[in-house]
Amino acid sequence: MSNSFLKKVVGETNEFERTPIPSGSLKGAKSFLGMYAGEHTAGTEFVIGPLFVAHGVSAGDLVFGLLIGNLLAVLSWGLITGPIAASKRLTLYYQLERIAGKNVVRWYNLVNSLMFCFLAGSMIAVSATAVGIPFDLEMPTLSDWLPRTPGWILTVFLMGGVITLVAIQGYTQVSRFANVMSPWMILVFFAAAIVGLAQLGVGSFESLIRIAQEVIWNGVPLAGMSKFTIWHTIFFAWFCNMAMHIGMSDLTILRYAKSWTYGFYSFAGVFLGHFVAWIASGILYSVFLQADSASQEFAPGAIAYKTLGIAGAICVVIAGWTTANPTIYRAGLALQAIFPKVSTWKITASVGVVTSLAACFPALVMKLLDFVALYGLLLMPMGAVIFADFYFSKKMGFQSEAALNSKSVFSIPALLSWVLTLVFCLGLNFIYGVEIFFLGLPGWFVAIAIFVVLSKIKYPLAKSSPLG
Amino acid sequence: MKILLKTGSFLGLALTLVPPIVFFVGNLELSLMKGYMGIGMVLWFVTAPFWINKPSKSEQF
Repeated sequence: MSNSFLKKVVGETNEFERTPIPSGSLKGAKSFLGMYAGEHTAGTEFVIGPLFVAHGVSAGDLVFGLLIGNLLAVLSWGLITGPIAASKRLTLYYQLERIAGKNVVRWYNLVNSLMFCFLAGSMIAVSATAVGIPFDLEMPTLSDWLPRTPGWILTVFLMGGVITLVAIQGYTQVSRFANVMSPWMILVFFAAAIVGLAQLGVGSFESLIRIAQEVIWNGVPLAGMSKFTIWHTIFFAWFCNMAMHIGMSDLTILRYAKSWTYGFYSFAGVFLGHFVAWIASGILYSVFLQADSASQEFAPGAIAYKTLGIAGAICVVIAGWTTANPTIYRAGLALQAIFPKVSTWKITASVGVVTSLAACFPALVMKLLDFVALYGLLLMPMGAVIFADFYFSKKMGFQSEAALNSKSVFSIPALLSWVLTLVFCLGLNFIYGVEIFFLGLPGWFVAIAIFVVLSKIKYPLAKSSPLG
Repeated sequence: MKILLKTGSFLGLALTLVPPIVFFVGNLELSLMKGYMGIGMVLWFVTAPFWINKPSKSEQF
């Protein structure tokens, strides 16, 4: 998650919103490498790595699972998102509007903005675990759903207020600040891993392997946590950015790419943020658990402070803040599309209130893995719709971009693909007990199948079709 | 001036990464390491914003 993304969105609000990017505005490979490297080293990384430890994933499962899952994510960006982005060169929202119609996109934006609010809320909560250190704030525990103390509520509301004010007034400065912080934060993650390993007694390659297997990722989940296998690791690493790649949110970014292959440059982000940073933050948490193995406390700020001192705590605050801030802004943009007549500051302020309320509940942090999976799952079907429209409309004999070509504001095939796919996934979860991490893959195929079948019925390709 | 700023920034990054390595090999106390990392952070904060955010136009989205 990053500001770079928002920077692009903000930058493009007055240009190329409804037109393809002209060739003169295309960007080179270096821009994409830098953007992806910064984008995936964020506040969420301080939570996800420790949660893998808490879920009792073994060392081998973690390393190989992350390597495979991240590779699949890069392939998804490179082979699914990149080619469509480079061919159409339109934003996700406009591309979706041409296929699904304005009214469907409104619902999409509403869901999107709510998810952004919750994500930003979790990041405010993460920052609060560092801000609360000098005030001796009682930290949340792994099993907490509700706030433990009024002090926690006060802290997150104060932070939420500040972050919202900044989002209203000073997005550009925060974006620039976040870009500045990115290299330093990446090094702090490296430092965390090095210091953590030293504190765990690693002194040689053999001891590294032994401690990784027996101490850090020992395969035993903490009390009350479910057990994670290599499959959980693979699918989480693959689909934690599901909304971005197979959900097609990154069409908005990759439409600037000079070549369709630039989606592959996401490797710079996922292997730094979703490999190095997750492993590093997992090591940090393990150091914390060594000091008190019975502790249920889960406070990334306090954990980083204990191992790295003030630099660690401030890194958590900045990582959380620089993730929450653009996320609030993005939520505002999504809502603005639904309520174009309401002023931007009012929308952003409302989003800030919802976000701060969400941040009161530590459950958002403790269940971040589930939330991230749900967020991707909710938005993914629309990415599948775009994919199916792009690749199968001619082959399967239905109109491409049906809403645009039929001058409709409401495409039944797109809407039903979305809703029925989610019903299907919900059914798999409730009836067969399939965990949320594994629902995205079958859901994507189901969404495509539903869209193709319904589009053939509703928008069959006539010989006189302007699309030929 | 820019060279000075860049030097300060890279020194800041060095103070963020090198002390943990020295701590790892056992030649530095934890409290000192934390102190150096704090100084590195401040150095980075006060120098990097003045040069790192000025990419060429072609680099910006």
